Amino acid sequence: MTERPRLAVVGAGPAGVAGALAAAARGVRVILVDAGEQAGGQFYRQPAPALGARRPRLPDHRWRTWERLRDGLDRHRSAGRLIHLTDHHVWCVQRESGEPGTAEGAPAGRGSTAGGFTVHALRGPAQEEGVTVRADAVLLATGGYEQVLPFAGWTLPGVVTAGGAQAMLKGGLVLPGGTAVVAGTGPLLLPVATGLAAAGARVAALVESASPGALLRRAPALAAQPGKLAEGAGYAARLLRHGVRTLTGYTVVAAHGTDRLEAVTVAALDRDGRLRPGGARRIPCDTLAVGHGMLPHTDLAETLGCTLSGTAVRVDAEQRTDVPGVWAAGEATGIGGAALALAEGHIAGRSAAARLHGTAPDPRRWAAAARARTRLREFATALDAVYAPPAGWPDRVPDDVVVCRCEEVTAGQMRAATGSLGAGDLRTVKLLTRAGMGWCQGRVCAPAVAGLTGCPLDPGRRPFARPVPIGVLADLPEADRTDLPEAD
Amino acid sequence: MTKRLTCDVVVVGAGMVGAACALYAARAGLGVRLVDRGPVSGGTTGAGEGNLLVSDKEPGPELRLALSSARLWAELAREHGAAFEYEPKGGLVVAPTPDALAALREFAAGQRGAGVTAVPVDARQLTELEPHLAPGMAGGVHYPQDAQVMPALAAAHLVRASGAALHTGRTVTGVLRTPHGTVYGVRTDRGDIHAPAVVNAAGTWGGEVAALAGVRLPVLPRRGFVLVTEPLPRLVRHKVYAADYVADVASDSAALRGSPVVEGTAAGPVLIGATRERVGFDRSLSLPAVRALAAGAVGLFPFLRRVRALRTYAGFRPYLPDHLPAIGPDPRAPGLFHACGHEGAGIGLAPGTGQLIARALTGEASGPDLAPFRPERFDTEGGDVR
Ligand SMILES: Cc1cc2nc3c(=O)[nH]c(=O)nc-3n(C[C@H](O)[C@H](O)[C@H](O)COP(=O)(O)OP(=O)(O)OC[C@H]3O[C@@H](n4cnc5c(N)ncnc54)[C@H](O)[C@@H]3O)c2cc1C
Repeated sequence: MTERPRLAVVGAGPAGVAGALAAAARGVRVILVDAGEQAGGQFYRQPAPALGARRPRLPDHRWRTWERLRDGLDRHRSAGRLIHLTDHHVWCVQRESGEPGTAEGAPAGRGSTAGGFTVHALRGPAQEEGVTVRADAVLLATGGYEQVLPFAGWTLPGVVTAGGAQAMLKGGLVLPGGTAVVAGTGPLLLPVATGLAAAGARVAALVESASPGALLRRAPALAAQPGKLAEGAGYAARLLRHGVRTLTGYTVVAAHGTDRLEAVTVAALDRDGRLRPGGARRIPCDTLAVGHGMLPHTDLAETLGCTLSGTAVRVDAEQRTDVPGVWAAGEATGIGGAALALAEGHIAGRSAAARLHGTAPDPRRWAAAARARTRLREFATALDAVYAPPAGWPDRVPDDVVVCRCEEVTAGQMRAATGSLGAGDLRTVKLLTRAGMGWCQGRVCAPAVAGLTGCPLDPGRRPFARPVPIGVLADLPEADRTDLPEAD
Repeated sequence: MTKRLTCDVVVVGAGMVGAACALYAARAGLGVRLVDRGPVSGGTTGAGEGNLLVSDKEPGPELRLALSSARLWAELAREHGAAFEYEPKGGLVVAPTPDALAALREFAAGQRGAGVTAVPVDARQLTELEPHLAPGMAGGVHYPQDAQVMPALAAAHLVRASGAALHTGRTVTGVLRTPHGTVYGVRTDRGDIHAPAVVNAAGTWGGEVAALAGVRLPVLPRRGFVLVTEPLPRLVRHKVYAADYVADVASDSAALRGSPVVEGTAAGPVLIGATRERVGFDRSLSLPAVRALAAGAVGLFPFLRRVRALRTYAGFRPYLPDHLPAIGPDPRAPGLFHACGHEGAGIGLAPGTGQLIARALTGEASGPDLAPFRPERFDTEGGDVR
């Protein structure tokens, strides 16, 4: 055993990069696999080099953090301790030996004797060529994706996700439109509004459904985060400077337009998230950037058999999942932002390195990261409580609104599936309506379907984290023991 | 909610088979309650495919049931066909080599004797029927009686059409029997339901429900994976599978082994399925199984190489040791009827099964119809594998 142990890190956002650096610095050979052309993930997204843009609009301290991480990657890469596979789209991670848990209980066992993993990816922008990477352990830093809940008119051209608008700003510095409204709920709306304004759009309103009261009630937990508060104050000042009107306790009930967006109707909410009578107004705009928070990406973890808690991957204090040899960090383990992802990734990388060398790690070594993690998780919990979508939103979605865009399934069809056909969970709603059977496999619409039908938002069971060419599957190595398939 | 309910017959299991039992029992004038611990179609019915095949069955009791079911499906489709995507598209079995073709033709001749329409086609006709089929196949047999439904929709619409009282989210925890052993209803986690007849349509879990009544029925799970592609225009017109010739050492005769079935669906995706594996209730992804499906499909339709699979899923077929379902009254527990263990053909065989059960419930079923499916047959015969 002279070969250095190998850790595959899936995802090169803050969590993945922090984990990769921590492990590479401790004698582990790291393979960092990511779909992007460059490291950074969604948060440290950079303009494509071809655009020649000078630098993305990140506050300076964040930019410095990122430069440090990027330099670390470069250093480990040139020293041969780290391989960064860009443009590799992971569709599945499989555990190689079928015997899990043999080392259960032995502290050094988890991670070091688990039998190894194969990471299956598709290479290149066309995602047509299959690539496999072998590793002794895996760190899943697969991030999160944006949740958007439906409303009348939400499929009109001109309606974009808040994250999509931000990605455009960070990545290409393209201005999405002339007059914009930013709406939904969550901390992401602020930077999107200021970003759009700074890029030259007229931002007609920032419409946040959380009530000012809810924000106040959580003030102690939020105030425990001086840095965050200052950041928030900074955004507020910028909004003011750009003359952006902020409507808290409001929601978008409809987007209007024939071929594309022309206006939105926003309405005031009462304490229980219901519409307040007479509180509606119409705002002309040609772009609506809308978002309702984020959800963790858990497909790879689920297929590996990792237990989830709620919608996130469950991890212990060392960021280990309950599958030996599999760590997880960042948004995949719960939405909490880049700083939390950095702390979790760092802990995961150190734990994985120790376990891969057959030793038990000493948590005192990462005490600072652990403290940051505790603090930031508390903050995230407080944010979650404030920025929950308003309770009554499903009642405001008319029957004719298309909710599953891939398969064009309406709210009314979904309601009928549970109402008169006997569906009782997301899977049977899908079977009876096709909602969630299309290209995105329900990643976009599942929370909406759950809200509309009253079914719990249970994990989706998506063995393929992205579409795979049949030819790539056919070319996988042949097994010796599976029964041959027969006609049914 | 512990009020006691009554009716003429309680059907346990709201899958395809339970739905068909409920429909035909209700049509026979019985008051039916349908109970499932989950939603409608939440079991194997929602985890398989909807091939209604006669092509893959050799002459015998299963083929007879498949043929009567095919007629009933066509009848049901007149009213509900569009709702559950009924397509009488026909099956096409292709033989890659002359040897395989000879065996396939002989097999088809036997089927014809049993009432199956099986039309031999040569290599040129194959490409007319399926323009995108891989070149170089020796020939095949066309089975116009093969058809297709979307099973989850079929079960849901037949349940609704039956008018049976539907109790989802309700688990049967016991089968009620008098001191003399007669069944008089079921116990559930939300109260008892009294009825002089109980139908066990619990599919892969049929053995557990039988055990609740104190009788043995050795139903076991047989896993199958299915691959689903992105939506495509109609490039695959029939249900297409290859039949290859393999020597069956045990019976000292020729046996035909099928490849996965490749078929287009009304909604666009191509379905490729399914594997057959005895691995208990293990749901975890098996890439070797998926690989076998993909390789089989590409062998038949090379254009599929570049087509993307959007998902794969697994289900657990309910199988009995002799690969025939258990259908009919259980003499060991008077009042208990079984309708489970249909393995890879429960969708296809459901209407025939429902009709047999309705006849048995009303005392009209004749012995010879039910004899091959007697639920108590394993008490004496053990596990004879076909
Ligand atoms: C991959 C795959 C492909 C297939 N392809 C085909 C095909 O092409 N054509 C075909 O004809 N067949 C096919 N099959 C087989 C077919 O799916 C099954 O034979 C059929 O679905 C069985 O239906 P069922 O109603 O008996 O069982 P199920 O659909 O499993 O229904 C049984 C129900 O009983 C309920 N239940 C169990 N225990 C209890 C309890 N204690 N209390 C209350 N409720 C209970 C369950 O919740 C379940 O809903 C395939 C199967 C698989 C796995």
